[in-house]
Amino acid sequence: MATASHTHDDHNDHGHDHAPGFFKRWFFSTSHKDIGILYLIFAVLAAFVGIGLSLLMRIELQTPGMQIFADGQAWNVAVTAHGVIMVFFVIMPALIGGFGNYFVPIMIGAPDMAFPRLNNISLWLLFPALVLGVGSLFVGGTGTGWTLYPPLSNSQYQAGMGLDMVLFALHLAGASSILGAVNFITTIFNMRAPGMTLHKMPLFVWGMLVTAFLLLLSVPVLGGAITMLITDRNFGTAFFDPAGGGDPVLFQHLFWFFGHPEVYIMILPAFGIISHILSTFSRKPIFGYLGMAYAMVAIGVVGFVVWAHHMFTSGISVDTRAYFMAATMIIAVPTGIKIFSWIATMWGGSLTFKTPMLFAIGFIFLFTMGGVTGVKLSNASVDVILHNTYYVIAHFHYVLSLGAVFGIYAGFYYWIGKMSGKQYPERLGQIHFWLTFIGVNLTFFPMHFLGAQGMPRRYPDYPEAFAGWNLIASLGAYVSVASFLFFFYVCYRTFTSKEPVPANPWGEGATTLEWQVSSPPPFHTFDELPRIR
Amino acid sequence: MTVQDPELARRNRRTATIAGGVVAGMLGLAFASVPLYAIFCAVTGYNGTPMIGGTAPGATDKSITVRFNANTHPNLPWRFAAGQGSENLPLGQEGMAFYTAQNLAQGPVTGIATYNVTPEVAGRYFHKVACFCFDEQTLTGGQQVEMPIAYWVDPKIADDPNTRDIRTITINYTFFRTLADAERAGAVANAGEHVGRRTELIRPGASHTATP
Repeated sequence: MATASHTHDDHNDHGHDHAPGFFKRWFFSTSHKDIGILYLIFAVLAAFVGIGLSLLMRIELQTPGMQIFADGQAWNVAVTAHGVIMVFFVIMPALIGGFGNYFVPIMIGAPDMAFPRLNNISLWLLFPALVLGVGSLFVGGTGTGWTLYPPLSNSQYQAGMGLDMVLFALHLAGASSILGAVNFITTIFNMRAPGMTLHKMPLFVWGMLVTAFLLLLSVPVLGGAITMLITDRNFGTAFFDPAGGGDPVLFQHLFWFFGHPEVYIMILPAFGIISHILSTFSRKPIFGYLGMAYAMVAIGVVGFVVWAHHMFTSGISVDTRAYFMAATMIIAVPTGIKIFSWIATMWGGSLTFKTPMLFAIGFIFLFTMGGVTGVKLSNASVDVILHNTYYVIAHFHYVLSLGAVFGIYAGFYYWIGKMSGKQYPERLGQIHFWLTFIGVNLTFFPMHFLGAQGMPRRYPDYPEAFAGWNLIASLGAYVSVASFLFFFYVCYRTFTSKEPVPANPWGEGATTLEWQVSSPPPFHTFDELPRIR
Repeated sequence: MTVQDPELARRNRRTATIAGGVVAGMLGLAFASVPLYAIFCAVTGYNGTPMIGGTAPGATDKSITVRFNANTHPNLPWRFAAGQGSENLPLGQEGMAFYTAQNLAQGPVTGIATYNVTPEVAGRYFHKVACFCFDEQTLTGGQQVEMPIAYWVDPKIADDPNTRDIRTITINYTFFRTLADAERAGAVANAGEHVGRRTELIRPGASHTATP
């Protein structure tokens, strides 16, 4: 990977002088670093709501019978809000908007994003989107699941305006993502420092580049699909209504043409973060750099032609199922390249188990676990049994809730010293890791058993036979929520820390450009472009 | 900080314009997929979509059993059923069958049927020459009618390795109330209280039930 010969240490300090006042700096911000921090704050705010909803859900499922929810619709409203908020308002803003905005320009030696004002719009579009999404909970909500399938999402079964609010929230979040993607692509293609060729780019930037392309190609399709849903619901069209010549299965095709790339959108930036951390704390360059970069490209490309594996039970022909099954299994190949390259990076390395490294290794463990159950689910014949059971919930929480979220935590601990100039307390960070790791495994591993025994998704109640594992999962959820609260204590201790952070606290393993500027970086980084060796 | 270098600014605008074009193209494709999806099914017989029209080539010595199935959407106040059991038909010969429909409502009601055949792979060999399902059907209050269909099965079905073991084809209809008629009659508005409205969290101490 690239290293830079920097010659502008003396410039670092006087940059602070140009920073505008508080209100102008944070509310009209066009600085990629400030916008990145605002994105992270936004993600934490949304995570409060999303995690709160999951806590309510686990209280409900702790024992058989109805506990705190009124009926199935209220339950489905909570399920939907949890999914939408976590996907669009926690994981994507944290990984793409937060770490992406902050570190992509620094890592490629650019002074800022290509379109700083557009960046500001991307950020502030998310706030009304979140208000619409959370507000929908108070006007009836959306009881469809995040997949929004008609006919359940049509005006007969979801009569209130809650669903329309969620659809508009998705429109706003989608517009924000598209603008962000345009910005990232332009920045990465045009604004790399001299000598920073594509094949020298850090892997996090590669992950962000592939993610931006996935966003560019998939989010407009979601926009089209939900626009049709809005007109079906409110203006009497019949895109998805067979009574007017429409086809509800078409919505499933459109949704998953977006929805499958979306899951890679959520994980590819985390792939990049994990690569940096493993390399840093193994004191070795990443094993198989080019293979790692092109594995992400391959995952992105193949991710667009596997969408109907979400629809194995929607009535598609056996030949189509065979194709989508085979194509889905092929994704295990580039993913395997990444997993084995990460292990090979650690092999023979001089390992130090700081908190970011613990989260990175935890990520590999959990993501591999979710990947293996994914290969099992990709079998069209097996999926007929497991479709819409807790097995699927366990699978996608292992890759997303645990994979992507561990990526976020790993990135937080890796970079918080750089971003804030204050280092996190190491012992507390390690306690946070173990609390989270134990909590999430306790929550989600039993769901494999529940799903294999046939417990269906999207019901607030279940037969007594499922009581044991549900109790354990709920206890795990309480540990996980406690670990989330503990994270705030870690943040508090971090931000009140007096210990100054050097430009590179991690030593010789940390080779990317962000470790060559001060901690925190000056308000204007790289007024003078670094030269990449 | 804005980009100072005019050459870089020009390149940035160019890249962003191309990216914006990709976004517009994908959005257009999403909408274009609606007619494309219908055309694709009609041309390839995908998922049991029967072929429309064509002239039957004449009877061959092989034959196939055709079964008739009928469904009615709850919003349509009709009794709709097949007029006969299964029929054995020589491949290549045009056959005819009847469905009966009766309007149970007082006033006129307009319905339209969706149609397909199973097994799904047989769609491309199943030809419909005439069908009540091609048009909207309006029945006055209490009226009962017989609705004919004319169809034939392509003899090539016996040669295709994917379909030559098929002995029975089921032809299926689902009758819906047309959207315009439903709106006229207020059928949607009169559908009654449904699950979509019951969302409030339960109050402490109130009785709990699993389903509304």
